[in-house]
Amino acid sequence: MINLGIEAVVNGQKIALDVQPTERLTATLRQRLGLTGTKVGCDAGDCGACSVLLDGEVVCACMVAASQIDGREVMTAEALENDDLGRRLQAAFQRHGAAQCGICTPGMLISAFAAIRTGADLSEEAVGDALGGVLCRCTGYRKIIQAVIASTLEDVSWKADEALSDVHADAAVGCSVPRVDGIQKIDGRELFGADGIPENALSLKVIRSPYHHARFTFGDLQAFIEARPGLERILTADDVPGVNRHGVIPAFVDQPVFAEGRARFKGEAVAAVLGDPEAIERLKVDDMPLTFEELPACLEMEAAAEKGATAIHDERPGNLLAAGKVLCGDVEAGFAKADVVLERHIETPFIEHAYIEPEAGFARRVGDRIEVQCCTQAPYMNRDALADILGIEAEQVRILPTAVGGGFGSKLDLSTQPYVALAAWLTGKPVGLVYSRPESMMASTKRHPASINMRAGVTREGQITALTFDGRFDTGAYASWGPTVANRVPVHAGGPYTLPNYRAEARAIHTNGPVAGAFRGFGVPQAGIAQETLYDQLADAIGMDRLAFRLKNALDNNIPTVTGQSFRDGVGIKACLEALQPHWARACADKENVDRGRGAAGVGIACCWYGCGNTALPNPSTIKLGLRRDGSVVLFQGAVDIGQGSNTVISQMAADALGLPLDVFRLESADTDQTPDAGKTSASRQTFISGMAAKRAGEALRQDLLRHANASGEARLDLQERVLRVVEGDAIREVMLESLPVDEAGFVALVEGTFDPPTTPLDDNGQGEPYALFGYGAQMVELMVDVELGTVSLTKVTAAHDVGRAINPQLVEGQVEGGIAQGIGLALMEDYRPGRSENLHDYLIPTIGDVPEVETIIVEEPASAGPYGAKGLGEHVLIPTAPAILNAIYDATGAVIEELPATPDRVLAAIESGPGANPQGPNHEPG
Amino acid sequence: MSFARPTRLEHALDHLANQAWCVLAGGTDVYPAHVDRRIERPVLDISGLSELRSIDRTDKGVRIGALARWSDLLRSDLPPAFDGLKQAAIEVGSVQIQNAGTVAGNLCNASPAADGVPPLLTLDASVELASRRERRVLPLDAFLTGYRKTALQADELMTAIIIPAEATLGASDFRKLGARKYLVISIVMAAVRLAAADGRVAKARVAIGACSPVAIRLTALERDLAGAPLDQLPDIVTSDHVDPLTPIDDVRATAPYRRRAALVLVRRSLTSAAGRL
Repeated sequence: MINLGIEAVVNGQKIALDVQPTERLTATLRQRLGLTGTKVGCDAGDCGACSVLLDGEVVCACMVAASQIDGREVMTAEALENDDLGRRLQAAFQRHGAAQCGICTPGMLISAFAAIRTGADLSEEAVGDALGGVLCRCTGYRKIIQAVIASTLEDVSWKADEALSDVHADAAVGCSVPRVDGIQKIDGRELFGADGIPENALSLKVIRSPYHHARFTFGDLQAFIEARPGLERILTADDVPGVNRHGVIPAFVDQPVFAEGRARFKGEAVAAVLGDPEAIERLKVDDMPLTFEELPACLEMEAAAEKGATAIHDERPGNLLAAGKVLCGDVEAGFAKADVVLERHIETPFIEHAYIEPEAGFARRVGDRIEVQCCTQAPYMNRDALADILGIEAEQVRILPTAVGGGFGSKLDLSTQPYVALAAWLTGKPVGLVYSRPESMMASTKRHPASINMRAGVTREGQITALTFDGRFDTGAYASWGPTVANRVPVHAGGPYTLPNYRAEARAIHTNGPVAGAFRGFGVPQAGIAQETLYDQLADAIGMDRLAFRLKNALDNNIPTVTGQSFRDGVGIKACLEALQPHWARACADKENVDRGRGAAGVGIACCWYGCGNTALPNPSTIKLGLRRDGSVVLFQGAVDIGQGSNTVISQMAADALGLPLDVFRLESADTDQTPDAGKTSASRQTFISGMAAKRAGEALRQDLLRHANASGEARLDLQERVLRVVEGDAIREVMLESLPVDEAGFVALVEGTFDPPTTPLDDNGQGEPYALFGYGAQMVELMVDVELGTVSLTKVTAAHDVGRAINPQLVEGQVEGGIAQGIGLALMEDYRPGRSENLHDYLIPTIGDVPEVETIIVEEPASAGPYGAKGLGEHVLIPTAPAILNAIYDATGAVIEELPATPDRVLAAIESGPGANPQGPNHEPG
Repeated sequence: MSFARPTRLEHALDHLANQAWCVLAGGTDVYPAHVDRRIERPVLDISGLSELRSIDRTDKGVRIGALARWSDLLRSDLPPAFDGLKQAAIEVGSVQIQNAGTVAGNLCNASPAADGVPPLLTLDASVELASRRERRVLPLDAFLTGYRKTALQADELMTAIIIPAEATLGASDFRKLGARKYLVISIVMAAVRLAAADGRVAKARVAIGACSPVAIRLTALERDLAGAPLDQLPDIVTSDHVDPLTPIDDVRATAPYRRRAALVLVRRSLTSAAGRL
């Protein structure tokens, strides 16, 4: 296509450019003008991450042709700081914690800017209308709404870095200090996976199977390349110098980088074409000498598990990948003691992570080493996996994580990394790869679909006497984290309750579906839906208040869990339920007074517990701290911050342990050449495990410094300029940092702290100590059901979460609100259908209008195993939301939903077939 | 030629007479249809045809230029009969989509779930199609010929949507049912326009979207509503009235549910529209 000369004003600057006239404005801004603050999430107007102003009106730059900005004015997020309103919005976002991963933030800010500047009133509803076109997967939107409203009301002189210096020594823990990496998330300068790919990089196009199951053969690939100028090479399984396999669990490394003659799921990579970006854009995949023969596919677990079903992997008969179980007490005897025994069946679909940042990576070969820049949750696992694929030593691989635009578990697994690494390794040229939205959805892991049967018995007094759980989880075509789900679920399937007679089994079963892996909770949210909704039916059956029923059976300190583990402290479920009690009484009373109209009001409750860290496996983290002569403390922090805030909370804990204020810290984020291994960002482990490592590192550095001054542990440290003052009573010792010897890296002192939580393996009956601590929570949902349409509208969620110690209360709230938003999606709308919903308009996640008011109650029952008593939180928060919503729907209408999501058609059908087919629902009184 | 951006309609029509084009206006359908693949056809960018931008109100009715965006429509001073169309405009995607997408483009894309079609059917809308051969006006239901199919010829450009004066009377309503608040594709849509005399319906228009390959009017219901007292309209609607619908099962809902929901939405829309009279 011809090039077209255009002239426009971009961020106040006149520009003249030659463009390909129909190129997306996102490409013009990002690639030609270097304005990478405009993000690309979908290229289809579904996510709003690329929002910019065109002549003052907000539009999606992905749907504007470059030709259309000729003679017009464009404003991007980078220009917000040049405007008073822009600065107000930025400050409010940072102050209110409105940016988590930051990928949607430029689009949010620009959309809010446009609305405020055109004089829209700033009611919550108006903010929703203004920002309804921008999706956020992290925050749950509540803090964004708060920040936008606050931006017009609050003092603008507030600066984030000043707020940091307000936090004194020994006082960082427990403070809502603003995100230490927050500024670059609000000024458009944060670099995500797709943002740091240099102009001279070659591009890759991964060729994928169009069928769920297929055989394929190649023709003359060399001739194909030679006939097309600009194409460099085609990579296939034959080009992998090391092992053509990757995986996340050593015993289950089964996923080929490139399939070998047979593709097991739709979207599986079979080859990759390397070339200059324009040639790759011109490439017509259909013209390639590649022939697929579609084979019968097995997409249902039921059929896959049948005897005689075709094995998706020859070595796994019955398509059984892994099974886990926990058995305690005598289940049959327990059922015999019950007055009421009830059963529950639940089916859930694939759930897509739907982070707004599609996977992206860049690699370059440096001598006999390969450097890979990518958005990842697990830099060290990536390093080791790439070494195996390339057939080189781990030390030859350097992983440089970029900012991560949302992960939620899926960015633990490899995505673009093996392709860019292999291409750069083999050709010696720099190579970049950015997944499109459909490619991201097709190729990345999903939450496991579950089919669960549960049975529980209860006495008339409300004591649960026995519980059985049988869960099947569709793990898709390859292993990924399927074994983890099979092991973790049986431990958690009964919830945070005393269950003397318990049997839980979980199986991960292969199908030709997409690979199911880690997604916030590793199967526990699905189990929680079955368990917590069954508990409501049990409470109803014996006429007991639903909260009281949970409180009566709640686990406590010194009471064994289903794996026989007892905790001396930190079992906080009772405290969470007690914190909800007044809200529960209020909500149950309110419900009776609601003007029903066509609606039925309902209140629901559900609990969760979640073990932090790997299940019964070693799981260490190491954090390094160094003091320089200039008085800065360098924190080598390899725990990747995917938006949850590990950079901030780990800094806070290190600061207090050392006894110096936060503003002397300089953060060195993950880089496998520089930072020690702080493990992967998963299993709600960073605050707990890396936090404990940071605390130990802080303590070690403190001991080092005290030794220089011969001071006792009681002494106070003070760092002014290049002088360390050690104050003990009236005695003050000054240490000139310049006078101290330094190591070759320039450190006066350099220490490491390591922590590996104490656990024991589980025996054949699942007995043992799988986690050093659990976190607990209970959530209450208030909602209305339109009984003619089956639509559900949420009024409020009240969430009580026991975090042991809130290191940063604002970040805790951010996790709670974000988890609730994902729980709402799981309950009401999310349903990934392979081959049918590989975009963000058929796959729905909650928008700003779908998340109601959230009241977070932070409960602190310190666990002695955690740093400052702290526990993990990231995954817990998602677990209770969906069952609490289903319980509230049941409360309102009597509808029992068996198949999720509870879309309007399913809710209406359940209302009409339910036992309580009267719209008033079962009668619940507050207890 | 692989790209053109004419500034005058006659030039655009010349281009269309010479070869087949992918016509680009607001881009909200063209670009989502080309995620991960190039636009292979030549592109005729009509966004420079400023003469097609305006929305004009005359004695003859209302003329919505083919480049008028949803946000232009929302800002236009139009009679209450257009309230339903404006309600639809607010529910089109998001502000970003409303600021780019054109009402005419929504019709040319001919999705069964096009937000604009049901309210425009209740406004007895026609479309004006221009080519170097002729300028013709087609009723909307004749323009939309099937699932993503229209009567638009390769050399034609839609230049305007025309609402006759007699259809600009009365009150209207629009309802869209989806599984989330913003950026949502309809499960079912209902649009209603009522003109009244002496407390009774003088003329009724009812249209349902997302329940058939093309949104349709429920003409039997319209006849049954004529002459009915305004406070009794929902009672007139029976399940027979939605017989012409041919909904499908898909990710969003089952077919039987769509029928049920259509009935509910129509009843509610009738009540709202009657309340505005």
